[in-house]
Amino acid sequence: MSTFRAIVFASVISGFIVGLLVTVVQQFGTVPLILKAEVFEKAAQMHPHDAAVAAQPAAAGHDHANHDHAAHDHGDHDHGVGAWEPRDGFERNAYTAAANILTAIGFALLLAGFFAVRSGATGASVSWHEGLLWGLAGFAVFTLAPGLGLPPELPGVPSAPLLSRQIWWLAAVLATSGGLALIVFRRTVPAAISGVILLTLPHLIGAPEIANIETNVPSSLMHQFVTAVTVTSLVFWTLLGGLTSAVFARFDRGATLRT
Amino acid sequence: MSQSQLADIQVSAQVTLPVSAGQVGRLSQAVMAMVLGVFVVGMVGFSHIDVVHNAAHDVRHSNAFPCH
Repeated sequence: MSTFRAIVFASVISGFIVGLLVTVVQQFGTVPLILKAEVFEKAAQMHPHDAAVAAQPAAAGHDHANHDHAAHDHGDHDHGVGAWEPRDGFERNAYTAAANILTAIGFALLLAGFFAVRSGATGASVSWHEGLLWGLAGFAVFTLAPGLGLPPELPGVPSAPLLSRQIWWLAAVLATSGGLALIVFRRTVPAAISGVILLTLPHLIGAPEIANIETNVPSSLMHQFVTAVTVTSLVFWTLLGGLTSAVFARFDRGATLRT
Repeated sequence: MSQSQLADIQVSAQVTLPVSAGQVGRLSQAVMAMVLGVFVVGMVGFSHIDVVHNAAHDVRHSNAFPCH
């Protein structure tokens, strides 16, 4: 089996399993909090034009995607009125499961790519334990570091323009992965110092913020959400790292080029 | 990695290739897979297209990807 095929097969299998498991975990952790926050979000939207909304009771049941219009319009990211959205309940959860599986496959492709390069260089396949450590690195790079500047956010909480936050998020991910790589793979003092500088740099620059946040979403709910997202992500990354490395090692056994 | 090298590997896992050629092929295939992975995550988590946003809404919030 070619390396590419081994990576893709391993990623699809582990991504599918981890994506499904995480969907179940989210149903108990993050999703109930999102739904609660949407109640506050909708209440805030209804306030300025009670009559108009009351006149259309059909719209009240499933408008989780409309939440940008009245409460906080950022200008750069306005949901089109009437854009398709999944219906609450099964349909919405089915799309969530699909998106979780795709996200897990995407991150597994990244992990397995590293496993392939690593096992090609050392001649031995990456063990599940080393895979788990790579998963922890993924957690640090994709959740912890960007989450320090941009904590996980509930619907209905206003924030800085979307594009600026996406750019900072990406910069934090790149700087953190670069910093960690310098420290782990280059074992010299100058590399370690530049690694630590890279790790801190995005936070010295600071994530985009808005001056004052006014929301009726309770702060206890926001705090619970930060915890739920972070813990769910930890489960996601450790599972994905361990599983992807084990499955990839199986598919790759025939293709590994011994040196 | 050329077609003939690919065929060799499929016929027999024992085949020995020049180290440099094997490593380059492996590296480029790994990079291709990683680019694909970044594309998938970028589409699900960061696309500004409304329909994609609405479908992946809860996942974006749950993964702390910047949303709205």
